[in-house]
Amino acid sequence: MAELEVKNLSVYYGVIQALKGISFEVNKGEIVALIGANGAGKTTTLHTISGLIHPKAGEILYNGTDITKVPGNRIVSMGIAQVPEGRRVFSDLTVEQNLRMGAFTRRDSKEIDDTLEQVYQRFPRLKERQRQIAGTLSGGEQQMLAMGRALMSHPSIILMDEPSMGLSPILVDEIFSIIEQVHSEGTTVLLVEQNARKALSIADRAYVLETGTISMEGKAQDLLNNDEIQKAYLGE
Amino acid sequence: MSFLTSLVNGLSLGSIYAIIALGYTMVYGIAKMLNFAHGDFIMVGCYIIFTFVSTLKIGAVPGILVAIVLCTVLGVATERIAYRPLRHAASPLAVLITAIGVSYLLENAALLIFGADTKSFTSVIGWTGIDLFGGQLHIQGVTIITILASVVILVVLQAFIHRTRNGQAMLAVAQDQGAAILMGIDVNKTISLTFAIGSGLAAVAGALLCSAYPSLTPYTGAMPGIKAFVAAVLGGIGSIPGAMIGGLVLGIIEIFARTYISSQLSDAIVFGILVIVLLVKPAGLLGKITQEKV
Repeated sequence: MAELEVKNLSVYYGVIQALKGISFEVNKGEIVALIGANGAGKTTTLHTISGLIHPKAGEILYNGTDITKVPGNRIVSMGIAQVPEGRRVFSDLTVEQNLRMGAFTRRDSKEIDDTLEQVYQRFPRLKERQRQIAGTLSGGEQQMLAMGRALMSHPSIILMDEPSMGLSPILVDEIFSIIEQVHSEGTTVLLVEQNARKALSIADRAYVLETGTISMEGKAQDLLNNDEIQKAYLGE
Repeated sequence: MSFLTSLVNGLSLGSIYAIIALGYTMVYGIAKMLNFAHGDFIMVGCYIIFTFVSTLKIGAVPGILVAIVLCTVLGVATERIAYRPLRHAASPLAVLITAIGVSYLLENAALLIFGADTKSFTSVIGWTGIDLFGGQLHIQGVTIITILASVVILVVLQAFIHRTRNGQAMLAVAQDQGAAILMGIDVNKTISLTFAIGSGLAAVAGALLCSAYPSLTPYTGAMPGIKAFVAAVLGGIGSIPGAMIGGLVLGIIEIFARTYISSQLSDAIVFGILVIVLLVKPAGLLGKITQEKV
């Protein structure tokens, strides 16, 4: 049984159909990439899984349980966290307040403190800046904060939306190596990226999303070597 | 002594504006709407207390408690029934106009139930106050209680927001509703709680307002409501300390304008100052200019 299974998902914005019945699955322990151009429906897919928008048709199963109609605020405590596009840190709050917000659904303050310590170990730069207002951080630091905040809920699967957006190549490498670390410690990752090369280089499997439908799927390595993919997404 | 008397009276009136403005500013900051019926919640609170004290003769304390509870319920119900369905309406004007509608509804309901005649409100505060400087300066009990109440409310509210889970949820919802949901925060519950607090405070403000200015009509809440809105904008709408400062500044200016310039012109002066402040600091005294991010 897949950890996350999306079946025939259709989402509309008014009369415009953003997702036209897509299906895919993410198995426990995998990194699965969802690649595609701007407007293909990648963010819509993640928002629907997180319950921020509701589909017109289709199902989302999490460990076999139907979560399609579960309200957004109850998704995170089930074990699904999201690092949203554009980070969306709480820019008036400090780094530490942001991180603690990530643990909102957890009650045990001792455990929260332990997780906070782990996040600080993974992101030493956040520890240095724990009292700084999040809005004053650089783009890379905000990305780290958004990732740390998602980890504070102790997720079993983490949805990442364009973590490389607007970052310098060196920072992109740093962020991707952190994603690999988080994954190697047992968190499943569903990664949405426009930077297809980078995403395919760390993913196990990938799906290509084109204007609301999945046009191709396969092992990440195979897609990297695929002629069509190379022409359309890797610029070769 | 008239200067000191005016200052104390200004602080007292300003404290009432501040308590009302807190409700305005919290609802704006968290639910992103202007609840123009907020002032009328004050009037509802006053009539409930009036009924308990003058009609039923049960007493002020139970009256105030019942007024707080009923205003809280009224605020939460108004949000649930009238505002929430419009939260994602195509135009933000829809909910604003509905709020104006709720305001008229409450005023006319009061007119129907209590009539148009002015009721004489018995102060809920029995304490006559203190004399200072050998009797040259008399400060009324209601004045002292009003100022103290606003300070206590501000301190408790700040502690609530910064020290409790529900307060943290309010901070998160105020900044980014979508991100708040991703943290597991129930946005609807948080907005309901905000209306509950704001409306409960309106009842407290009503008790203090009618004790200081004891004539009660269905329109009693309208003008203080507008002035408290001005106070919230003056302080920086969305900011809790801003509402407090805006309220105090407004109250002091109003009383001084009334004492030293002209009682007819005092409102014109108050609103004129609002215009000047907004020209110089468009976001208000403590407000921040928020830029839409692309």
